[in-house]
Amino acid sequence: MTTPNADTRRRSTLRRLIADPQAVVSASLLVVIVLLGLLAPVLSDHGADEANLDAVNAGVGDHGYLLGGDKSGRDIFARLLYSIDTSVVSALIGTSIALAIGITSGLVGGYFGRRVRGVAEWLFSLIMTFPGLLLLIVLMPVTKGDYKATMIVFGVLLSPGIYRLVRNLVLGVKNELYVDAARVSGLPDRRILRRHVLTVVRGPVIIATAFLAGSSIAVQSGLAFLGVGSNTVPSFGAMISEGFTNLYEEPLQFLWPSLALGIITASLVLLGNALRDALEGGRPKPARIVTATAYRPPATESAVSGLLTVDDLAIAYPTPTGELKEVVSGVTLSVAAGETLGLVGESGSGKTQTAFAALGVLPSEAVVTRGSIRLDGRELLGLSERELRAVRGTSIAYVPQEPMSNLDPSSTVGAQLVEGVRAATPMSTGEARNRVLALLARVGIPEPERTFRSYPHQISGGMAQRVLIAGAVASRPLLLIADEPTTALDVTVQAEILDLLRDLRREPNMTVLLVTHNFGVVADICDRVAVMRAGTVVETGTTEELFARPQHPYTRTLLDSILDETTLRTDPPATPAGALETEKR
Amino acid sequence: MTVYVLRRLTAGLVLAVLVTMITFLLLSTSFDDVASSVLGNGATPGQIAAQKAQMGLDRPLAVQYGDWLSHAVRGDLGASYFTSEPVRSAITARLGVTLSIVVVALLATSVISVALGVAAAARGGAVDRFAQGAAMTGYLVPSLLVAIALVYVFAVRLHVFPATGYTDFSENPARWASSIAIPVVALMMGGVASLTSQIRGAMIGELRKDYVRTLRTRGIPTRSIVLRHALRNAAGPALTVLSLEFIQMLGGALIIEQIFALPGFGQYAFNASLQGDVPIIMGISLFGVLLVVAVNLVVDLLNGWLNPKARIVS
Repeated sequence: MTTPNADTRRRSTLRRLIADPQAVVSASLLVVIVLLGLLAPVLSDHGADEANLDAVNAGVGDHGYLLGGDKSGRDIFARLLYSIDTSVVSALIGTSIALAIGITSGLVGGYFGRRVRGVAEWLFSLIMTFPGLLLLIVLMPVTKGDYKATMIVFGVLLSPGIYRLVRNLVLGVKNELYVDAARVSGLPDRRILRRHVLTVVRGPVIIATAFLAGSSIAVQSGLAFLGVGSNTVPSFGAMISEGFTNLYEEPLQFLWPSLALGIITASLVLLGNALRDALEGGRPKPARIVTATAYRPPATESAVSGLLTVDDLAIAYPTPTGELKEVVSGVTLSVAAGETLGLVGESGSGKTQTAFAALGVLPSEAVVTRGSIRLDGRELLGLSERELRAVRGTSIAYVPQEPMSNLDPSSTVGAQLVEGVRAATPMSTGEARNRVLALLARVGIPEPERTFRSYPHQISGGMAQRVLIAGAVASRPLLLIADEPTTALDVTVQAEILDLLRDLRREPNMTVLLVTHNFGVVADICDRVAVMRAGTVVETGTTEELFARPQHPYTRTLLDSILDETTLRTDPPATPAGALETEKR
Repeated sequence: MTVYVLRRLTAGLVLAVLVTMITFLLLSTSFDDVASSVLGNGATPGQIAAQKAQMGLDRPLAVQYGDWLSHAVRGDLGASYFTSEPVRSAITARLGVTLSIVVVALLATSVISVALGVAAAARGGAVDRFAQGAAMTGYLVPSLLVAIALVYVFAVRLHVFPATGYTDFSENPARWASSIAIPVVALMMGGVASLTSQIRGAMIGELRKDYVRTLRTRGIPTRSIVLRHALRNAAGPALTVLSLEFIQMLGGALIIEQIFALPGFGQYAFNASLQGDVPIIMGISLFGVLLVVAVNLVVDLLNGWLNPKARIVS
């Protein structure tokens, strides 16, 4: 594909490589080393196997031997140069065999049907079961120790890795729309493979090639070290082995080949990593589990009062260029004890970020640039993770949007809830278990005992959301923050979860901050509403006021859009949320 | 559960038959050399043919393999062409040495990699840079060179550990430990590098997941979230890497044994292979496959314990 776009991308990859000192240094080292190997006959007057009995263990520069002689009187410098050739040939054979087998079968296995893939899969896992080096040694009678034949076998042993790489890439791209389109438009498979699939495979394969070459050279040296193959073939491994036996008397004889081998394999690995960075973007950085809130607000009295008061809160994220981009800019809102506040706005308006800031669980890249968040008069911004832990669960709790991804897939529902209850309130496991079972019954789970023992994948989405609500209210928090608690659920389940929330709201002292984009839900259970747009609150008021007399044009647009939906739709079950049905009751 | 284990073991046996069959077919191309190496230098083609006939190497391959297999099933792996030593007892005697270093290296690799990978992912910063640096060093330096450097420093210069030789565990546990210390460290380098990177990556992925945030909002301590929840979810793929690492180490042990003059599996295989001692080579292949099958089974069972979705219901 030579669209201008692909061309510029390729050029920028190249530019990134040239700008990366790691890539430049390792690539130039490799080029120099290969050149040295190719020019061996020119650079050295001696052959690799030319022995001069006077020059046994000769010192540096003696007898015209630049780096001295080995214990058989051969020129170490010449042997080093010719060993490069052996390494290059090994790398070429090993990688080309692995690539030829791996890419071909990966393309075929990934692109064509399940049956072909099954056979390929089975064959390659058969190859992978056997320890490579052991097989190479076991097959010595067959390869006669010849290093080229050995490298052919090694190439076959390396091919499963390439096969898997290519197969996964092809499977990934196969169902992409443009490949589908190409197939529908009648392009032959061969051309689709060449034009669309190979472009995807190219990058990762180039990276893998550097590593393949490295391991081919390492294995060839390892085998030569063991003494596999003819001792007339100059090889770093053989030189290291001879140097090793002579280590005490002549350590330099050991040092030179080790250094050469070390530099070559290290350069290949570093080059591979640099290629990976350039072609696939950097490696992932760890996100510290603790939110980094560098900002500590000044201890001034807040103008607004309530159980939760958020004052002029601003949250920013660093952009790739290093500047900070605000996603929340100056949010002010307050939730009075016992009331339910709906925080409404379209996606991306900063609702969830505001909720995460109140819980102290913003991603670690996020920066709170100004503002204050108080819970029952206590400033939450700037608290340490340990201090926040004491607040969470007991004072403030959270119901997430997507139920399945918010449960740990490897622990039972019961274990997760019991751990949360015990973390917030000290009590015995037995007591915690009883409380959790009672709660599961309270949130409307028909068989609490069974759900308690279940793993998340064994329960339905609606059940999972009930479990999460139970987890949130388990330690009787003052404030419940629910982030779009019904969005990810089926319409009928949505109605049930809303019923449950409405029901919980009636419990004494339950204060709820409900994040939603659905005015139906707001009308259903909220006392007051705050409308957010582009990182700020544009309008606040009681639910009645806001529905009757929306002040801000944005609020009016939002309200109009839901009215349109209800008036246009004539088929009741398909209304966007169960909430609209309850509105009619 | 039992049914699952039995099914896996059966599949393993089928694999063992296949691998030994392929090995045998490949070896069969060199039977002439085998016969001539038994006879020594200067054997005439006639003598070689006679020797092959005497060793039964002239029979149809299927018959020869069937013969080997029927004996192998009964635990008889034949005897060395050259020393007449029974193969099975020779291998089991040497297996202990190889397994000592491989198993210890594997355990140490898991412990170090989990500690480094988890700390790097959960703490970031300097710890992360150290872990990445350590992994990079493990990738960059060929283990052959590490082994020799360790011998030079600790055995030759400092005399902390013996340079070569092996003491059996039953004989003297302390001596055993010091005789395998350097080989184990040399064998571990590559494994620690790849497993640490794997665990670091998987943990970074896990710690970014939604359930971690939700657990935090319940007031659960960070330590428990990292170790009980995230690590458990990240451990599955790491176990797979570990089983591949075992196969690698089994191969790497061959070189290590040579350097440290350890009387293991590797040297035995190497010498047998140099001479074309077919019964020994066949025995080694069989043991190699069975070891890998056993380790893979253990890894799959551990995986089932870690990951409820992969758990077998039967």
